[in-house]
Amino acid sequence: MRKRVLLIEDEPNIIQAISFILSRDGWTVDTHADGQTAVAEVARRTPDIVILDVMLPNRSGFDILADLRADEATRALPVLMLTARGQKRDRELAERFGASRFMTKPFSNAEVLDCVRELTGS
Amino acid sequence: MAGVRQVALARTVGISAAYLNLIEHNKRRIGGKLLTDIAEALGVEAGVLAEGAEAGLVADLREAAAGLPGVAVETARAEEFAGRFVGWAGLIVAQAQRIAGLERTVEGLTDRMAHDPHLAASLHDVLTTVTAINSTASILVDTDEIEEEWRDRFHRNIHEDSQRLAESSQALVAYFDTAAEAEASAGSPQEELERWLAARDYHVAGLETVEPGSAVDLPDAAAQIGSASGQVLTKRFLRRYRGDAQAMPLAEFTARAEAQGYDPLALAAGFGTDPAAVLRRIAALPTPRGAGAIGLVICDGSGTLTFRKPIDGFALPRFGAACPLWPLYQALGRVTAPVRAVVEMSGRERTRFLTYAVAQPVAVTGFDAPSVIEATMLMLPVDRVAVPDLPVLQIGTSCRICPQHDCPARREPSILAEEA
Repeated sequence: MRKRVLLIEDEPNIIQAISFILSRDGWTVDTHADGQTAVAEVARRTPDIVILDVMLPNRSGFDILADLRADEATRALPVLMLTARGQKRDRELAERFGASRFMTKPFSNAEVLDCVRELTGS
Repeated sequence: MAGVRQVALARTVGISAAYLNLIEHNKRRIGGKLLTDIAEALGVEAGVLAEGAEAGLVADLREAAAGLPGVAVETARAEEFAGRFVGWAGLIVAQAQRIAGLERTVEGLTDRMAHDPHLAASLHDVLTTVTAINSTASILVDTDEIEEEWRDRFHRNIHEDSQRLAESSQALVAYFDTAAEAEASAGSPQEELERWLAARDYHVAGLETVEPGSAVDLPDAAAQIGSASGQVLTKRFLRRYRGDAQAMPLAEFTARAEAQGYDPLALAAGFGTDPAAVLRRIAALPTPRGAGAIGLVICDGSGTLTFRKPIDGFALPRFGAACPLWPLYQALGRVTAPVRAVVEMSGRERTRFLTYAVAQPVAVTGFDAPSVIEATMLMLPVDRVAVPDLPVLQIGTSCRICPQHDCPARREPSILAEEA
């Protein structure tokens, strides 16, 4: 059975590029672009891994991550955070809220792919 | 030296009393025979008089030393250094001021980088677009077999993103151009205004006869004040100046001020204005030939100096906080109650001034709103007024360069040897 990744990101061309490389690698890719409804989307899709952008419309990626970690069902779910803000503070926040990995834009396709494989033991 | 003695001394050395007054207030530099003659007439060493002329330079040197406390500077010998090497001392002061200006610029830029929402959003946009282009281009380069539909879509995406990147980059360049323009003028906006006013001896003749309600224009300031913030401060200052000039017309105010010994409360009652406006108006009067200038400082409720008209013998801190014993701050502690004090600046010269200070609300901000207070202090040289018989208050410039011993208001140790 193909593993599922949920990509929560609002930039359409990044969504297309990441979806393409993960699909080619055998993943089923679901995408979601709104911060407010992201936690519900995770519950509905039950992915094996979430790729989560920090700056999303309506809600911050950090708040979404905090909610995921507070819920027993998603406490151990691998979450790869993406951000264009590589400052120390963002990195610390990501660690504090329990991100499995933190990646700053611009990242390479290979980096994302390797990270997703590693976090899911694929 | 004052009164008859000054006149007699001028006659002895063969110059006018007015010229001697200028020399005394460091407005004219002297040397050679005139210096020797004056020293001889006063019965002092010529060197003592020459040192006095460097007092401003010495205060600036001490401030420069205070800026780098880690460097072991012989501050006790600052006067000797300024006297012997005027040029080098001037260079140190100029460099310290230049460094301070650059530090402010760096601080401003750092602040902008960290807190400017427009810049943060623009950079985020650029990075996001670069990521999309980078990711898409990698797919096109690295994928051996790619469906035509996907290839066309990715080409289109790269085209769109590159256009978006070009626009974001142009917006960023335009933003930095504007920012650089604002930083082009050295010094803070307040210093820009003060430089502009100093060139006019703090008297704006063009506003003395302006009709009520007419617009304040900046014919000179527009060209000379570089930053937008500096122009805003200048306009605000000039509007207030115009209001004061209209309420207290120059000729009538000058006559009454001299007749009433610059008594702010009597003048305020006579013109129907508030005391702070009178203090500002006195400081804006043209300085008569040969007379010492009148100083003025204004601070906001936080104690930050928002306006400085400096005068000889009353050193004002360029940055940071001033001496908390200044009557300015005493007034801030009792809003609307005027404060009068004879003060003596600590240090070698020990110049005395008659000061008047008052703090009052700047505007009525409404019920339950925080009060916005401003304090104003006028410094009158004692040779221009009758000095009331009051205890003399010892004050300084700021703690770090004040030698006052056992000061109850000291914030931090002085870098100077303390005086008893």
